[in-house]
Amino acid sequence: MAWFRKKKKFTNLNTKEKKIDIPKGIWRKCDACEQYITTEEIKRNLFICPRCNYYYVLPVEDRIASILDEGSFEEFDAALASKNPLDFEGYQQKLQNAQKKTGRYEAAVNGIGAVGGLPVIVCVLDFSFMGGSMGSVVGEKITRAAERALNDEIPLVIISTGGGGARMHEGMLSLMQMAKTSASIGRLKKHGIPYISIIANPTMGGVAASFAALGDVIIAEPNALIGFAGPRVIEQTIGQRLPDGFQRAEFLLQHGMIDRIVDRKEIVNELKPLLRHMFYNQSAMRNQESNSSPKLYAVRKT
Amino acid sequence: MRYLEFEKPLREIESKIEQLEVYASSRDIDLSSEIKPLKDKLNNLLEEIYSHLTPWQQVQLARHPDRPYCLDYIRMIADDFMELHGDRAYRDDEAIVAGFCSIGGRSVAIVGHQKGRDTEENIRRNFGMPNPEGFRKARRIMETAARMRMPIVTLIDSPGAFPGIGAEERGQHLVIAENLEIMSQLNVPIICVVIGEGGSGGALAIGVGNRVLMLENGYYAVCTPEACAAIILRDRTMASSVAGTMRIVAQDLKNLDLVDEIISEPLGGAHRNPEATAVKVKEAILRHLSELEALDGQAIVEDRYNRFRRMGVLYEAQMPGLSPVN
Ligand SMILES: [Zn+2]
Repeated sequence: MAWFRKKKKFTNLNTKEKKIDIPKGIWRKCDACEQYITTEEIKRNLFICPRCNYYYVLPVEDRIASILDEGSFEEFDAALASKNPLDFEGYQQKLQNAQKKTGRYEAAVNGIGAVGGLPVIVCVLDFSFMGGSMGSVVGEKITRAAERALNDEIPLVIISTGGGGARMHEGMLSLMQMAKTSASIGRLKKHGIPYISIIANPTMGGVAASFAALGDVIIAEPNALIGFAGPRVIEQTIGQRLPDGFQRAEFLLQHGMIDRIVDRKEIVNELKPLLRHMFYNQSAMRNQESNSSPKLYAVRKT
Repeated sequence: MRYLEFEKPLREIESKIEQLEVYASSRDIDLSSEIKPLKDKLNNLLEEIYSHLTPWQQVQLARHPDRPYCLDYIRMIADDFMELHGDRAYRDDEAIVAGFCSIGGRSVAIVGHQKGRDTEENIRRNFGMPNPEGFRKARRIMETAARMRMPIVTLIDSPGAFPGIGAEERGQHLVIAENLEIMSQLNVPIICVVIGEGGSGGALAIGVGNRVLMLENGYYAVCTPEACAAIILRDRTMASSVAGTMRIVAQDLKNLDLVDEIISEPLGGAHRNPEATAVKVKEAILRHLSELEALDGQAIVEDRYNRFRRMGVLYEAQMPGLSPVN
């Protein structure tokens, strides 16, 4: 029974009406297994159901705490905020509601911190802010994070929970953020600064089809829904039901689209060796090279 | 000629003119005094219909079944077109056409979406909706062009990347992202022209240019008006009422500074005079190419980076904390 319900939930998850938030109150029923759990218990367990292992969306603060050394995180670009450039009806209200709900201006949080003492630039998307969708501000923040990583020569880690894709309310300005962010990642790669993309459930559309897909290493959480077109759109187009597990992390691993599936609690332990292999163990070599050949491009300081 | 709903008033006059012309030539008589007022009436009607198009009508024109497609433009503006096939990995995706050609005596790589003119061709070309292998073919040709120091021209005309099982299995999101990254790094000029539909990520995947030009009746959108209507109004058939809100037609995008130049179309749209449209497209491509030719490879990459880098509308809010929300 529990298994059946869980399956059903997955096929619908990235549509609006199935947003799973942790309700207030001490006791609650798990949406997946229907067993009772305490909110304290689930928070301590990084928002994974301790009974059935269902992955809820991990709030940004908990995500940062789960991978960065305690007290090492320092936020930047926190005050960047969206306008309503198309005068799209209802957008202003949606933004204000999301700001009220999350206590931040936009759906991305940028900062610098350390993983096991190794410096990283991090950007975390906030799913509770309009589905972690990318408009001008999210695009700008991703780009600034990449430019800072390049400028400071520090590896970049982006944690995407971007089910909303490119934000419709900013129209083409949102679509262009896909090009802008991808170009900034391109520069990073050209200069050999590693970018590790961590993808959580759900990440679709314009977020999946830009920076999230461009990691030198791409790590996904178990069962995360990742893809270009939403399952409902595909079902309507082809007129048939999608197979079980379609667009899930395991499906992507099997088809060669991601590097690893890593349990939420283990991500921090995987980041350390990755950062050492890809960057910190190579710094002596890199210093030698950077002395002999200057950078190709000047990077704009923000 | 096929007629859209709002073009239907033209049909009666045009068929009358045609009848008279056929009759006149078969009997070898002069009916010009009868035909002339009809032609004047036709021109007035054209003016009336096409000078005040709604955004939704422009979207319909962008999708007009008689509108010139990528290969039509290649035939009209290019010489020595050598089509090149396949992604060297999976298959040849005919929703994308790619190859080398010369435009105005200059060798360029050309890549574009290709729709079908009839049902059979549309099935073969998947209505211009590429699968991952199509984008991979586009990328392969563009990378080759860059190695040959050959400028790149892309012609955008797709409802979007195909949403299908195989497309997802083969990493639709991944190839689009990779194209965006790779195009941003190519050290030759890239000129993109939206000739019809600019359907979201599937359009952008060949749209990272130093210049992005757009035909007057093209549209370019983050999602189709139908999809937008489905999300906001929960009704796909309400597309006509959201098309304006979305700001997706050429003039909107020029105002937002996302498109560099609008290429005007003949009265009545590109399908009423493909040759005249092609002349303008060719002129614009060559003009922008010669402007960019002054730059070296590194400056071309910089120029393209900066073009997209400045896109976005935002402000620095008052810190600390959120501004009062009410
Ligand atoms: Zn559970």
